[in-house]
Amino acid sequence: MLEILQYSFITNSLLAAFFASITCGIVGTYIVTRRMVFLSGGITHASFGGIGMGYFFGLNPIFSAAVFAILSALGVEFLSKRTEIREDSVIGILWSFGMAIGIIFIFITPGYVPNLMTYLFGSILTVSGLDVWLMLALSVILILFFTFFYRLILFVAYDQNYARTHKIAVDLLNYILISLVALTIVLNIKVVGIILVISLLTIPQSIANLFSKNFRNIILLSIVISLVGVLTGLIFSYKINIPSGAAIIFSLVIFFGLAKATQMILSRSILKTKIQKILE
Amino acid sequence: MSKIVELKSVFAGYNNDVILNDVSFEIYDDDFIGIIGPNGGGKTTLLNVILGLIKPIKGSIEFFGDTENKNNKIGYLPQINQIDKKFPISVCDVVLSGLIYSSGIFYKHSKEDRIKVRETLEKLGICDLQNKPIGELSGGQMQKVLLARAIVSSPRLLILDEPNTFVDNKFEGELYEILVHLNKEMAIIIVSHDIGTISTYIKTIACVNRGLHYHKSNKISEQQLASYNCPIKLITHGEVPHTVLKTHNHILS
Ligand SMILES: Nc1ncnc2c1ncn2[C@@H]1O[C@H](COP(=O)(O)OP(=O)(O)OP(=O)(O)O)[C@@H](O)[C@H]1O
Ligand SMILES: [Mg+2]
Repeated sequence: MLEILQYSFITNSLLAAFFASITCGIVGTYIVTRRMVFLSGGITHASFGGIGMGYFFGLNPIFSAAVFAILSALGVEFLSKRTEIREDSVIGILWSFGMAIGIIFIFITPGYVPNLMTYLFGSILTVSGLDVWLMLALSVILILFFTFFYRLILFVAYDQNYARTHKIAVDLLNYILISLVALTIVLNIKVVGIILVISLLTIPQSIANLFSKNFRNIILLSIVISLVGVLTGLIFSYKINIPSGAAIIFSLVIFFGLAKATQMILSRSILKTKIQKILE
Repeated sequence: MSKIVELKSVFAGYNNDVILNDVSFEIYDDDFIGIIGPNGGGKTTLLNVILGLIKPIKGSIEFFGDTENKNNKIGYLPQINQIDKKFPISVCDVVLSGLIYSSGIFYKHSKEDRIKVRETLEKLGICDLQNKPIGELSGGQMQKVLLARAIVSSPRLLILDEPNTFVDNKFEGELYEILVHLNKEMAIIIVSHDIGTISTYIKTIACVNRGLHYHKSNKISEQQLASYNCPIKLITHGEVPHTVLKTHNHILS
C-alpha cells in the first residue's frame, strides 16, 4: 500500500479527500441547518453552465464554473429578498438554465471535450496540483472565517430577523456565506462530480446530527465522517475498480444506515434502563 | 418621560396588500401597551415596522435617542411560529444571542455576558434548561427562552409578540408580574389575544385592524372595540372590571 504514495496523483487525491472533508464539513453544516439544500443543488447544477463556457472559450472550467456559481448564488439571494417570486421556482429555473447553457456550449465546442465525465461524475484520482492548492486556500479561509465569526454566523443563521433588530449586517454576512457555499461546491465538483456533490454536503451532517445538536460539534463530526467516507470510497473504487465519486457516496449512505440503526438501538436501551430504574 | 419612537401616518404591507393603513403612533419610556386585534389584523406587521424589519411604503418612523443612558436597545420576542426549532443551538446560546449588541466585531462573549445570561435564566426559573438543544423544549419552555433572550440586554423598549402562547397559567401570571417589574425600567409593547388577562397589567391598549386606534386606558368595552373596527370577543376571567360598560375618557391619536 505504501509504495503507491510515491505517485503524485495518489498524494493529490489524499490531500483532496482531506480538504474536501474540511470544506464540506463546515459549509454543509451551514447549508443543512439553514435549510438551503435545494438552493445548493441549484448552484451546483448552474455551475455546469460555467464549465461548458470554460470549454468553449478555452479557459480552465473550474474558474468559469466558480464565476458562474457565485453569480447565480448571489442572484438567488438577491432575488429572493427583493421580489416576491417564490424562491424554489427561481432555484428550479436556475438549475435547468445552467445545465442548458452547459450542454449548448459543450455541443458547439469544436472537437473532443476532454474530462467532461470528470465534472459530471467526479474523479478524485485526476485532481491536479492546482485543484489541491485551491482547496487548501478555501479550507484556510473557511476555518478562519468560521472561527472568528462563529457566534455571529450561528446567531444570524438561527434567527436572521432577530439579528437584524440588533443592527447586525445580516445581508452582507449572507452574501459572503453564499459565495463561500458556491466556491465550496465548485472546488468539490472534481472530487465527487456535479451530480453527487450535494450528498457530500448533507450525508455527513445528517449522520453527525444524529449524535449532536450542537452546531460546532456537527461541523467537527461531519469533517471526520466525510474523511472516513471518502477514504473508504477511495479504497473501494481502487479495489473493485468502480468510479470513485459513486463509491464515496455509496459508503457514506451505508454509514448513515449503520449510524441511524445504532442511534435507535442506543436510545431505546437508554430508555429501557431508565424505565427499569423507575419501576424498581 | 421621553419619546422612544414615533410613527407618522405609516402605510406598510406585503406584495400588493396594504396591511397598515395610515398608522400614527408614539411610544414613551414608561409605556406598557397591549396590542390587540383579530388574526391577520396587522399586529405582527406593526411590530416589524417598529423593529425595522419592514420599511414603510409611505410615512415615516423616527427613533429618539436616549440622551441620559445611551441605551437604545430593543428586546424582541417573535411570534413562536417564526422560530426554527430543529436548528442545532442550545438554550444558553439563544439567550447569549440577545447580547450581540454589546460584543465586539468578532462577537466573543465576555464573563459579564455569561453572568447576565445566568441571572436572566434564574429570574425565569429555567436554569436547568440551559444546556438543552432547543429542539427538545416544550412550547412553553421555548417561550421562556425567547423571553430570556429579549430581556437579557436590559433594553429600552421590549417588544413581545404573543408571549403567552403555550404558556401554563402559573407562568402566565408570573410572566406578567415580571413584565410589570421590568416596566419600571423599560417601555413594553405586548401583543395578546387575551385582553381579559393582560388588561390588569397594561396601561394602554392599541387596537390594530389595518388601522390603529389608541385607547389610553387599560379598560375597554366591546362597544368601544366595535367602534374601533376591532371586533374581538372579550374573554372574561372571573370578575374583571373591563366588561362593565363604562365610558372611558380615551384619546384617539
Ligand atoms: N411575509 C408576508 N408576506 C405576505 N403577506 C403577509 C406576510 N406576513 C403577513 N402577511 C399578511 O399580512 C396580514 C397581517 O399579518 P400579521 O402577521 O401582521 O397579522 P397579525 O395581526 O399578527 O395576526 P395573528 O394574530 O394571526 O398573529 C395578513 O393578512 C397576512 O396574510
Ligand atoms: Mg401576529
